[in-house]
Parts: sequence; C-alpha cells; structure tokens
Amino acid sequence: MSNSHEREVDELSGTETTGHVWDGIKELNTPLPRWWLWTFYGTIIWAIGYVIAYPAIPLISGATSGVLGYSSRGALDDKLELAKEAQAVFVDQIASMSVDDIVANDELARFARAGGASVFKVYCTQCHGSGAQGGNGYPNLNDDEWIWGGSVDQIYTTIAHGARYDADPDTHINEMPVFGDDYLSPEEIESVSKYVASLSGVEGGAATEEGKTLFEDNCVACHGEGGAGEPDLGAPALNNAIWLYGGTLADIEAQVTRPRHGEMPAWSLKLDDATVKELAVYVHSLGGGQ
Amino acid sequence: MLDIKKDDPGQIEEFDAEAVNKAGVRQPLYAARKKVFPKRATGNFRRFKWLVMLLTLGVYYITPWLRWDRGPYAPDQFVLVDLANRRFYFAFIEIWPQEFYYVAGMLVMAGIGLFLITSTVGRAWCGYTCPQTVWVDLFLVVERAIEGDRNARMKLDAAPWSFDKVWRRLLKHVTWILIGVATGGAWIFYFADAPTLFWDFVHFDAPSVAYMTVAILTATTYTFGGIMREQVCTYMCPWPRIQAAMLDEYSLTVTYNEWRGEPRSKHAKKMAAQGKPVGDCVDCNACVAVCPMGIDIRDGQQLECITCALCIDACDGVMDKLGKERGLISYATLNDYNNNMRVAMGHDVHQQGDPVSHIVPANVRKPDGGGFVDRIRNTNWRSIIRPRTLLYFGVWSAIGIAMLFILATRERLDLNVLHDRNPLYVMLSDGAVRNGYDVKILNMTPEPRQVTLTLVGLEGGAMKLADGSDAVTSMVLDVEPDKVLPLRLYVQTDPKLLTEKPQKFELVATDADAGEESRVTVKFEAP
Repeated sequence: MSNSHEREVDELSGTETTGHVWDGIKELNTPLPRWWLWTFYGTIIWAIGYVIAYPAIPLISGATSGVLGYSSRGALDDKLELAKEAQAVFVDQIASMSVDDIVANDELARFARAGGASVFKVYCTQCHGSGAQGGNGYPNLNDDEWIWGGSVDQIYTTIAHGARYDADPDTHINEMPVFGDDYLSPEEIESVSKYVASLSGVEGGAATEEGKTLFEDNCVACHGEGGAGEPDLGAPALNNAIWLYGGTLADIEAQVTRPRHGEMPAWSLKLDDATVKELAVYVHSLGGGQ
Repeated sequence: MLDIKKDDPGQIEEFDAEAVNKAGVRQPLYAARKKVFPKRATGNFRRFKWLVMLLTLGVYYITPWLRWDRGPYAPDQFVLVDLANRRFYFAFIEIWPQEFYYVAGMLVMAGIGLFLITSTVGRAWCGYTCPQTVWVDLFLVVERAIEGDRNARMKLDAAPWSFDKVWRRLLKHVTWILIGVATGGAWIFYFADAPTLFWDFVHFDAPSVAYMTVAILTATTYTFGGIMREQVCTYMCPWPRIQAAMLDEYSLTVTYNEWRGEPRSKHAKKMAAQGKPVGDCVDCNACVAVCPMGIDIRDGQQLECITCALCIDACDGVMDKLGKERGLISYATLNDYNNNMRVAMGHDVHQQGDPVSHIVPANVRKPDGGGFVDRIRNTNWRSIIRPRTLLYFGVWSAIGIAMLFILATRERLDLNVLHDRNPLYVMLSDGAVRNGYDVKILNMTPEPRQVTLTLVGLEGGAMKLADGSDAVTSMVLDVEPDKVLPLRLYVQTDPKLLTEKPQKFELVATDADAGEESRVTVKFEAP
C-alpha cells in the first residue's frame, strides 16, 4: 500500500483518485454532491427538533411526551369531540322529536339510519345477526311479521323497554301457558297443532272440528280469530309463513306443549334516548317496517 | 522485561508507511458544485427552443383560463380536475373516477411515446420540452437580462460584494421567486374555477391547500430552476439512466464529428502551413461556453448531455465564419459516426490506443477540397424509420385508436346493482321471498334525465323502493344532471315460480329520449 502527495487523476475515467492504492488498484474519489450533504444534515436537524417536539424516546412505562404535548390518543379524542359537536345539531333534534316525525324528515331519517346501523352492529347483532336476519328464537327484523308491532313507534317502544326484562317496569310482558302440563292432553295438543298448521298450509296440518274447537277455546284470546296475531299482546300471527321457533308440525307441537319465551334487554336503561330512536328508525327501514 | 537495549536504533523496526488521511493529502469528502455560466446561443436550434418555450409555457399558463360551455349543470372551464366532485373535464370529454383508465392509457401512451421519441431523435424530451429544461431556460433569460452574458456573470460571481452585485442578485432572485409563484399559481387553477380561485386567492379567502400548493411549487421551481439547474438532470432525474437502454446506434444524438474535427488546433493555419494534418475544430470552446450542463460535447456522448443542441448552434456559427461546412457538431447516429470514423482512420482502424490520434483529415475530404468523400455518410431522416420505431409507433397508435374508440362509443348512462350479502334473502309472511339490492343509476351527462328502470325475466317478480312505494315491474325515475341516483330496491316473488337457484334476471335502465340503455344481469337468491 502506498500513497502519493499529489492529487492524481485517473486516466481512464478522468476522475480524481483518493491516492489509495491496493495491489495497483486505485480508489476513485467520487464525492457526494453538496446539496445531498446539506439535505442529509437538514434531516438530522429535523430529527432533533422532532424528538424535542413530539413523543419519541421509548421509556419503561410510556415514552417522552415532547414539548408540544401531542399524543395520538389525544388527537383521536379531539377528533371524536369534533365529530360529536358536528353531530349535535342532528342528535339534539332527534332527541326532541317523536320517531314518526324523524322518519318524515328526510335528512334526519338518513342521519338516524346511519347512526342506528352502527349502533345495531354493537348491541344487536349478537342475537339478531349482523344482517338482522335473526335465527331460531330470535326474530328476523327484515321481514313483515312483528310480534310487538311493526310501526316505527312500536319498534321504538320494544327497543326502549325490551321484552320480559325485569329491570324495566314498562317492559313487554306476556306468557303462553304451558299446555303440556295440565291444560291439554297429548292428543288434544296434537289435534290443535294440526289445526294451527293447517292455517298456513304447513305439511301435516288438518283442520278438524276438534282442533278448531280447541283452538277457539284456548288460543283465540291471544292469537286472534283465525290466528291473525295480536301485536298489542305480543302474540305472533299463526296464519303465515313466519315461525319464530320453527315451522314444522313437530315444532308447533313442541311450542304448544312447552312454550319457549325470548328475552330482550330494555335498551333505554343503557343507551340514551336519541340512540334508541336512531335504532328504531334503522330497524324500521330494513324492509318490513309498517 | 523486554530485552531491548536503549540507544540501539537497530532494534526498532521502521515502517515504510504514511498516514492515508494525512492532513496535507486528505481529499475532500464532498465536492462543491462548480457553477455553470451558459453563454447565449443563436441559431436555428435556439430559435426552435424559444418557440417550444413559448408554446409550453403558454399552454401551461393560459389553459386554466380557457372556457368551454357545458350548459348550466357543469363547470365551464376548458380543463378542470374537480377533485372535490371527482370529475375531470377536458373540452367535450368528461371523465368519472371509474373511467380513470383513460388516464392510465394516456400514461402508457406517454411512456411508449417517450420510447419512440428517444429511439428516434434521442433525448428530445430532455433537451426541448422537459419542464426542468424550459424553466431553467426561462430563469437563464432573467439571469442574463439582469447580470449580463457569460463573461459578465463570471466576473460578477468572482467580484467582492458591492452595491451593484447586491441589487443585481436581489433582483434576480426576487424575479425567480415571482416566476415560481406564477408557476405554482397556474397549477392550482387546474383544480378549481380559475377566476373564482384567483379572486379568493388574492383576497386570502382561498382554501389553505391552495396556498400550500403554491408555496411548495414556488420553492421547487426556485430551487430546481434557479439554484440546482443541471444538477437536477445529472443527479436526481432517472431518465438519463433509462435513456441508455432506449438509445441504439440509429438514434439521433448530438455528436461531435471527430472524423472531421481532429486533430483540433487553435493555430490551424500555422499547422497547415507546416504541412501538419489539421481538422476542422479550431478549439474555440464555443460549444463549451453555451452548454447549460457544463460539459464538453467533444468528449463524446455523455449522461449529462440533454441534447439541447445549443452547441450545434454555437459551432455552426463558428464554421460559417471560417467558411467551412456546418455540422462539425450535429445530430448524428452512432452508426453513421462509426462509418465516418472508419473512413477517417483509413486502415488504421484496428490500431491500439487513442483512436483520435489515427484520424487523417485527408481521408475524409476530396483532394480538390470540394467537400467530403462519397463514403462519408450524412445522417438523414431515414434513420428514424426502422422496425423498432415502427413497432413503438404501432403500439402507441393502437392504444390511441383503442382509447378514441372507447371514448366515442362509451355509455353515459350506467346501472350498478349490488345484491345484499347479508341476509341473502328474506322470507315474507305470505310465503314470498324478498331480495334486497343497492342500485345506482349513473347519469353521466350534465343534463337532467328521466330513466325507466325495468325488471325483466323474473317470473311473478315485482320490485319496490325501500320508501314503501307500490310493487311494480317498471318505474320512472328522475336523475339529476351529472349525478348518481342511489336506490334501495326490494325485489320479491313466489319461490315456487323460480326455475333455478339462484335465479338470474335483468334490471334495465333506459333513457328513451337519448336512446341509451344499460342492462345488468342480477341474481335472485332463495332458500
């Protein structure tokens, strides 16, 4: 290894060498352009400023906070606060209006549907499904059968006070007798079940005189003439294709023998009134609202 | 204890070493830029470049102010990129976001066009139309007007600070910044109604993004065009690297014709009198003085050369004065250049060492002095036409024609239908099945339209809107100009009538007045 005191220019490339030679191989000096260098220095200075101004250095429980006091959580809170303020004009109106008036107002109805849709995903999908399609024992909210009534006001009442929910004195309450215990013999249950099945053409149904008499004696009081249903009492219609606990003859017999009853929370105890109204407007808009 | 006796220098090993980074020999890690002071050139290419500059800058600054009547429902700006409403207007063409493939097609065309241009006329983009080149040219005009031409500028640069230097420099930089502001200012007018935005801008009522854009573009224009200049092309731009792959031996490049220039001499007459061979180059360095990139074209084709051809103008001027043929520096292909070099070097072609030293001027000129021998080739336009460039041109024009065809035949009424994913279907109390759809009717003309939506091919099917209208098989809807009409549509039928699952049927949007129709095949799901 050797070096020279003179600046040397490489013949082939015309570039200055650094004077370093290894085994006859010379190292060319190709310096960085100065603008690049200053940009590099600039980024270092920027980084120092950033470390001072913003949270940067991780510590055991958290990080340095930075003189600007910025935090992404705080920034999110600010944005949520702003969003709330922006929504206040709608939310305040919704809180002060009846659900019928909200539905009649295009702008408010649109806002309520959007808000209701997101609240629905949080609180309702666990039972009613993400598409509000329900399931066995959980009503489908898209269809046109409503146990407690399908007007937006009736839906609002149901959501606000729930069904068979003890903590709310205004909750919907009804109970179908356990006919299998004492009221009816197994033969009578079979007979009335076949009659009920015949009302909507379920396979195995038979409209016998005995069944009809049993139905009129035991069922019409709640389920209405011809099984038309009575939303005020929460008695489902029996003359259509929609069955909460299954639509085969066996399902019907099981329900008459030992009825099952669902329970729904009173959401007014957990959510504010405007949110419950938004939910009602949303559910009402799913396609079956009356 | 080491067994080294003091006062015995023979015991200490001496090294034949010198510090690599000794203060006296240490090389700088970073090189300062050497300023380039391009001299004003005159000639055909300079005139052409003035024209291109006038045209490109004119198009850039004036376009946003041109108007184009589109009726009362659409903006009247000739070119408008309406980001807020997601529309792009260019004369009679209106593009919606889903038609962005036009822009993609334009970019592909621009790419292939660049290949085409490069493989034929070399780096014409760099030399004439690249914004960097145009704006540097503009900034140089300002610099020359204020500080004088090359020699005056070099003198001023070397001079100590004085009142004269301060005001000239100040005026120059202020003018540059004003040009930068105008550049950024023109840019924002493409994105909003120009007169309105201008009024708002000067009254400080414009959106902050407008001021930020102008500030950023002012900074980049001033920095790139005024301060960094040739360094942008040399260090920052990828195109000089890419062009190496694009050029071939038939591409036009700005070439110093060594075969007639060498041996160069400042004392041509004296040399000739002494009987020594002498070429046409008188080593006047006029080509170096005008070069905005600070290179010597006589070193051959270089990465830095943007082929602005100003050295051709400079050299042609000198050749005219000397009474010699123009074109010592000229646009030439490598192929022709190599041929001419072979002629110039005679049978010395395979000699070792610097080829230039083997050039014999007598080989290229006719003995009577009347021009060049016949074997010398002049590059002409025929070099442009060859399979490669024809292929580029074919692909380029095929894309262009395809785009024009699509543009001419595109529908301005569109129907989008999205089936509900959850639930797929809903059973109704009367035994019917209902499917839900999100329907969008797109009226892509700036006129209000009446569109008929029809249900076709679903046995017993009927549709209604979510707002509770009656079940029908055909409904008439008013669609606002240049808007999307979103609908929540329910379709229901008796599942016993279905012939397949899922059942396919059609939704048809028709505008009878315009004779336009959009059909969508839709699925009807059932248990």
